[in-house]
Amino acid sequence: MTATFTPSASACPACDAAPTALEVAAAARKAEEGERILLSVPAAHCAACISTLEKGLEAVPGVRSARVNLTLKRVSVAADPGVTAEKLIPEVRLLGYEAHELDAGMLSATDGDPASRDLLMRLAVAGFAMMNIMLLSVAVWSGAEAATRDLFHWISAAIALPTIVFSGQPFFRSAWSALRVGRTNMDVPISLGMILATGTSLFETMQSGEHAYFDAAVSLTFFLLIGRYLDQRSRAAARSAARELAALEVPRAMRIGAAGEEIVPVAELRAGDLVKILPGVRVPADGIVETGESEIDRSLLTGESLPVFAGPGAELATGEVNLTGPLTLRVTAAGKDSSLHRLADLVAVAEAGRGRYTSIADRVVRYYTPTVHAVAFLTFVGWFWIAGDARLSLNIAAAVLIVTCPCALGLAVPAVMTAASGRLFRKGLLIKDGTALERLAEVDTVVFDKTGTLTLGKPEAMNLDAHSARAVQVAAALAAASSHPLAQALAEAARAAGVSPAPVKELREVPGYGVEGRLGAETVRLGRAAWVGAEPGETTAAWLRVGAGQPVEFTFADRLRPDAEPMIAALKSKGLQVHLLSGDAEPPVAALAERLGIANWISGALPEDKAAFVARLKAEGRRVLMVGDGLNDTAALAGAHVSVSPASALDAARTASDIVMLGASLAPVAEAAGVARSAIARIRENIVISNIYNLVAVPLAVLGYCTPLFAALAMSSSSITVTLNALRVRR
Amino acid sequence: MEILAYLIPISLFLGGLGLGAFFWSIRTRQYDDPEGDSRRILSDDWDDRPKP
Repeated sequence: MTATFTPSASACPACDAAPTALEVAAAARKAEEGERILLSVPAAHCAACISTLEKGLEAVPGVRSARVNLTLKRVSVAADPGVTAEKLIPEVRLLGYEAHELDAGMLSATDGDPASRDLLMRLAVAGFAMMNIMLLSVAVWSGAEAATRDLFHWISAAIALPTIVFSGQPFFRSAWSALRVGRTNMDVPISLGMILATGTSLFETMQSGEHAYFDAAVSLTFFLLIGRYLDQRSRAAARSAARELAALEVPRAMRIGAAGEEIVPVAELRAGDLVKILPGVRVPADGIVETGESEIDRSLLTGESLPVFAGPGAELATGEVNLTGPLTLRVTAAGKDSSLHRLADLVAVAEAGRGRYTSIADRVVRYYTPTVHAVAFLTFVGWFWIAGDARLSLNIAAAVLIVTCPCALGLAVPAVMTAASGRLFRKGLLIKDGTALERLAEVDTVVFDKTGTLTLGKPEAMNLDAHSARAVQVAAALAAASSHPLAQALAEAARAAGVSPAPVKELREVPGYGVEGRLGAETVRLGRAAWVGAEPGETTAAWLRVGAGQPVEFTFADRLRPDAEPMIAALKSKGLQVHLLSGDAEPPVAALAERLGIANWISGALPEDKAAFVARLKAEGRRVLMVGDGLNDTAALAGAHVSVSPASALDAARTASDIVMLGASLAPVAEAAGVARSAIARIRENIVISNIYNLVAVPLAVLGYCTPLFAALAMSSSSITVTLNALRVRR
Repeated sequence: MEILAYLIPISLFLGGLGLGAFFWSIRTRQYDDPEGDSRRILSDDWDDRPKP
């Protein structure tokens, strides 16, 4: 590898290496002071991605260093104070990756994840101790006698005691906190088993007894810590990513006060304030437009895909997006009084209706814990009654506790969950809630929102071919001068078709209406139907008029999300019922439903209607998966059995849903349903496997035939079987 | 059997060495990006000199 010549930008690689080294060293120092930008890059997946992203970002002026973390799929950038995430995101997009900003302040809270590092330490100690004690135990099992056996037992005890004290703490603590309030949980029999096994073994060692269970006690700790660690890891990963996503939107508004314009948090806005809303910015509060003309995108609130005209006197609601011209808004209701709050109330009602879901593991533990306690206690009483020997009875009772150890149970669920959520994360799905996979597996009905969910919420020019080459050239020139979504879509389509724009001069955007220019002696206009002198039609369209000629119509359709069609087909082939529920007008909804082959669709649905529709399906006994992104979907998302929202969704919608889709493609949704089902099947199998082991081992232990060798074999083989079974989910 | 007096301490010492190395690797954040590290080895970047 070193022999290959790597072409360098400069003739002498060492020359530019020297200053960069200094710069990077400075960057590293600066980075430690906390100057970091974090971007989530869900599409990064390979070695080439790493070097493209790192080199590409490091080439951006002001960026000192960039480091990709492929496991978490994010880039951390150390940069000069002037560089912001908003500037870097387009750069990353140019490199071919979609990027979202993450709040760097959250990094310190989640990066280290001290809880899982602590568990890993304890796990390592338990593993070290287990291996050493096992080696000594093998010698005892293969026939070490008298003094040698005692010596080995003493050495084992010397290793096991500190290990149990250190590594067993998570279980002891959890058991104690349950006992203190008079409850029991899975950790009570575990702690009891560990302490009893270590205690009786120590006593046996002192008495030069034949059997010591140090190896069993330590390996029990080891296997259970693995389960605990996996559980912690997957929960921490989901929590941190969800929290970082939630931190995406920093709600601020530009208030026009007595001292001029000032940036204030949205929470400080009051009714009567005057707010300036620039193009591309979300409306911060309900209000009435005072000055300015523009178009408003209400898709996130209502699902309407067509932008709406807004001039002085128009009422705007919180969450709508201003598209073309700057507006000043007189606030009529802010914060708790705004229309958003009405939706928040709906969400609260829906969430209260969902109730608490009891996971499989909880249900098993509920009967497992009392059974184990009862069996161990009865064994002790029974043997004491028959043999009258407290030492023997206690030994056998300890053996019963060890054999019934929920090793397999403790591993059965977390191992499968880790494998399944890892697989889904690689596909771009983030599981926020622990029981989401279980609920997803039970789903029989899927309800989709339209705008922003099945579609990208971005228009696509449809009928370029229907026009003369000249008309397209003129339209392309005019469209390139505007930042309106329709204009941008048109310009992009023209570029893709290889159209060279006509030489239009004196380009001028009239906010809220369109773009005007001069081509030779003629005035050319591209914009709203009424503005160019045409009758508005039913579909989304921009009209072009050249001079005094007849206006021509450029139509648009909302662009489908990648893989929407195969995803719907896959869901249907799995036997799921698919519904489309949109706040948009009938024609676009009907067209989309037909294109995707969805028979059940409803258009013009209000947020209340959506929530009621989901509630009605639920009342019919159906388990609903809701997929949506807008504020109008939030109540339905919260009310559904399980819910998914894309990363581009509003904060409130992501918070209300259990699963967040990181990439643009919809394909993972269909796959998630399949993975969830197979994961739950594996969990069930695992519980059955561990119960079979118990059914065989417990009677033997109760009868006093459980030697340390037998306990070690039963425990390890059941744990390994369960783990291997869980790993099948990965593929 | 006197050999045990040497072998057992030696085996414990070696195991302890491994345990210490593992603690070191956790403390220096070697497990932050296992997936990325397994891919980075395949890239030609910085083959000639380490990334500063």
